[in-house]
Amino acid sequence: MLDFILGPWSWWFSGIIISSVMFILLFFGKAFGVSSNLRTMCSIAGAGKRVPFFDFDWKSQVWNLVFLGGAIIGGFIAKHFLSNDDTVQISVNTIADLKKLGFQQPTGMQPMELFSFENIFSLKGFLILALGGFFVGFGARYAGGCTSGHAISGISNLQLPSLISVVGFFIGGLIMTHVIFPLLF
Amino acid sequence: MKFIKFLITGMLFGIVMAKSEAISWYRIQEMFRFQSIHMYGIIGTAVMLGVLGVFIIKRLNMKDIFGNPIVIAPKEKGFWRYVFGGIIFGFGWALSGACPGPMFVNIGYGFGGFIIIMFFGTVGTYTYGVIKDKLPH
Repeated sequence: MLDFILGPWSWWFSGIIISSVMFILLFFGKAFGVSSNLRTMCSIAGAGKRVPFFDFDWKSQVWNLVFLGGAIIGGFIAKHFLSNDDTVQISVNTIADLKKLGFQQPTGMQPMELFSFENIFSLKGFLILALGGFFVGFGARYAGGCTSGHAISGISNLQLPSLISVVGFFIGGLIMTHVIFPLLF
Repeated sequence: MKFIKFLITGMLFGIVMAKSEAISWYRIQEMFRFQSIHMYGIIGTAVMLGVLGVFIIKRLNMKDIFGNPIVIAPKEKGFWRYVFGGIIFGFGWALSGACPGPMFVNIGYGFGGFIIIMFFGTVGTYTYGVIKDKLPH
């Protein structure tokens, strides 16, 4: 039992829990969607005074920020209380492909080539994270949702816009991985 | 007190995303290289159960804890916003290895780099708000 908890959790178990999170929020009268919090944060920072898109009653979205706070705490708990060795169990083919791009054998959850303290404050490392974040925040709002709002909630509700968005997510991800990555790394 | 249920639901989400490695940059790379079922299994299982559950909710006209009917607001009509927005999101997802949920879970996990990603994610959202009327939707 302890090994089951401390080791990596299987995909089917994860999928069951994630859909449960969506249903729990529906029964609380809310919708599962994480990226709208970034809009709320702009609004709290006062963006509504200058830009109409952020001029809405952000207090109605506080529940979602609390949900995010819980997600941060959940990450902390997973790391400090529910893991022994957290080296990702990815495919040997992925490891081989990434080695060609200069990434070493994984030693934890994230690659040190991108997320070590030295790398996030190198110019290239910083720009990669900043640009990646910018694309995620811009694209999610342009498309009206992210993985939670479109891929999980939207497709569960059989919404065509969500299906188009998810196809877009994959077109963008495949171009980045297979065309742009070999130029960057 | 009315918010504590959202805090606990968020914790459940954060724990399962971390423990199933869905917050890992490596797992997103593996997904975009079609080298494992892992991420497809997570999203696929969640979507299959989601479709089934939403169907049952609608069929039985189920209500939330406040007695209001459960309705999922349909997305706005449009085509190009979903194509272009989706592709731009995909660029960022592959590059940073994080969609918005995992950004925050990773901060709790102890990776400070995700504070940079989150900050510029907010800047990206702000930029969209400023130029949205000039973009095709």
